Amino acid sequence: MLKILKYSFYDLIRSRWSYVYLLFYLILGFVLLFLNNDLSKAVITLMNVIIILVPLIGTIFGVMYYYNSKEFTELLLAQPIKRSSIFIGQYLGVALSLVMSLVIGLGLPFVLYGLFESSAIWDFSLLLITGAMLTMIFTALAFNIALYNENKIKGFSYAILLWLFLAVIYDGLFLLSLIIFETYPLDKFTLIATVFNPIDLSRILILLKLDISALLGYTGAIFNQFFGTSIGLFSALGMLLLWIILPVWNIKRKAQKKDF
Amino acid sequence: MQKAAQYSLLLLFVFSSHFSSVFSQIEVCKTCPIKTIKEGIKQAKPHQKVTVKAGVYKEHMILIDKPITLFTNEKVTIDGEDKDDIIQVLADSVTIDGFKIINVGSSHVTDYSAIRVDRSKHFLIQNIELRNIFFGIMLAKAKHGTIRNVNVYGDAVHQHSSGNAIHLWHSNHILIEHNTLVKSRDGIYLEFSDDCIISNNLSKDNLRYGLHFMFSNRDEYRNNTFENNGAGVAVMFSKEIQMHDNHFQFNWGSASYGLLLKEINDADIVGNTFEQNTIGINVEGTNRINYKNNTFKRNGWAIKVNGACYENVFTQNNFLYNSFDVSYNSKMNNNSFNENFWSGYTGYDLDDNGFGDIPYRPVKLFSYVVNRTPNTIILMRSLFVDIIDFSESVSPAFTPDNLMDERPLMKQVK
Repeated sequence: MLKILKYSFYDLIRSRWSYVYLLFYLILGFVLLFLNNDLSKAVITLMNVIIILVPLIGTIFGVMYYYNSKEFTELLLAQPIKRSSIFIGQYLGVALSLVMSLVIGLGLPFVLYGLFESSAIWDFSLLLITGAMLTMIFTALAFNIALYNENKIKGFSYAILLWLFLAVIYDGLFLLSLIIFETYPLDKFTLIATVFNPIDLSRILILLKLDISALLGYTGAIFNQFFGTSIGLFSALGMLLLWIILPVWNIKRKAQKKDF
Repeated sequence: MQKAAQYSLLLLFVFSSHFSSVFSQIEVCKTCPIKTIKEGIKQAKPHQKVTVKAGVYKEHMILIDKPITLFTNEKVTIDGEDKDDIIQVLADSVTIDGFKIINVGSSHVTDYSAIRVDRSKHFLIQNIELRNIFFGIMLAKAKHGTIRNVNVYGDAVHQHSSGNAIHLWHSNHILIEHNTLVKSRDGIYLEFSDDCIISNNLSKDNLRYGLHFMFSNRDEYRNNTFENNGAGVAVMFSKEIQMHDNHFQFNWGSASYGLLLKEINDADIVGNTFEQNTIGINVEGTNRINYKNNTFKRNGWAIKVNGACYENVFTQNNFLYNSFDVSYNSKMNNNSFNENFWSGYTGYDLDDNGFGDIPYRPVKLFSYVVNRTPNTIILMRSLFVDIIDFSESVSPAFTPDNLMDERPLMKQVK
């Protein structure tokens, strides 16, 4: 598995798109810092960017990589290598190279602008952790979609649809249901509904850092316990981890059974 | 001639005897002839100084009924042993300086206090430390006094069984400055008290309000810091209050405000800083108030308007990274919001005159949604919410369409 991981990783590192992705984050980081020079404000702006953009790029990259390296995968399948190590290796190769672009691309400008002397370092590390987790989650989901769909076009459209659904439509439906059922006690429903969307989960991690004063304005015991203590932070991180583990486990399961 | 000399001699004698009684001071200490403060006050003549030497004096109901100075520059503790009032001032021109007063009695019937000033004028209370109190300093129908450098460390747990650190009732022209008020019910409470000045105080961790006005007019408070109080600062049913250069910070909670305004007319709120409060200013029924040069930074709601507010002017304020800048609960607007700096403003300034070319709408649709269904706060900063906010700002349907800053500043107000 490590060998395949290494191969995919180096393959991707040498590809043009990784550089474009890296460059994008470098430019974004430098421009943001150049424009306002205030680390904590730049972190806030980046948080908004990351929860939307990282999932999109993770999904597209994942699907693209799977379809592009399909022939190579079939060649590998003919060799005496475990199926799970082929697919998990490829997945980790893609995910880790994306994570690396993200961490270097955003880390470099911030370090150069004096991150280590700044109080924003915790917010920034939370930002990077959230970004890394979102990359892992959405690459895994993309691999799942690709495994289930032989047709490239269909696979791509499903991937885009998945992103659109989780990034925008889900919140719309969520908001609508909260308003329609506003006469009912919705505390638990609200918290549970966020768990089913990794983008919402990451958003809440960020809210806990930025808007805690507004969040505490709501009178609900469950809410206050969730937001007011470290329970919120840890349960959200735990759920994100679960969001990585489950799709990866499904990649493994599906790959074992799939007829190539 | 001889007669004149006799008279002048007599005059001299009268004066010197009088002056000697004024300049000579009465000393109270454990080994002196006078062992208790009460006895010292009893022996003192008007305008004489009673100096207390170091030690713990277990006394309560110390009545000061003549104009004297009660003074110490040593470590003197007056222990009231939880009984009732400790010092009562009933005369004019009394000075109390330098004591540590502990253990005031508590009651559900009487407002026991460490120092009670009753119907007196021209008093000075300074350099006092109060611990384990019910009420700290209570002024009832007092006038023209000063409370300076008083440190109150309360231990209030419940609102109903605790008192206020400094309590004014029907007291006018009082100066309250450089005090530290911690953990009481209200830090400073004014009821029917006009023309008072409150400056340079620190009021924090109080159960209810850091500063509380009721039916008090023409008062002024400046350079105070209000931090982590149960509900911030409340100004209610008062007119012509001046609020300058105060800091309101870290007032977190569902009913917690930096500043709560209710039924206030003709006030000025200038140069204050509101930082990380759940609600910066909660406004209800206020008219003709000028908000100028204030900074609202990282509050949940910078300004929450709950109706019946007319002809208020917000200008030259900084709104920085608040979750919601302004929240309204109706479509009516009669207040002006021109020439402020909004960190959320995304417009441009092509003619380079320092004002943005397109107006800024500080009221977001999402703040309406949250007002109606508080649960939805969990969707804050979601892309979907940004989209509906954007479409609302293009063509307002729910928010007051005339509520906008037509000349938003491009640079922060210094």
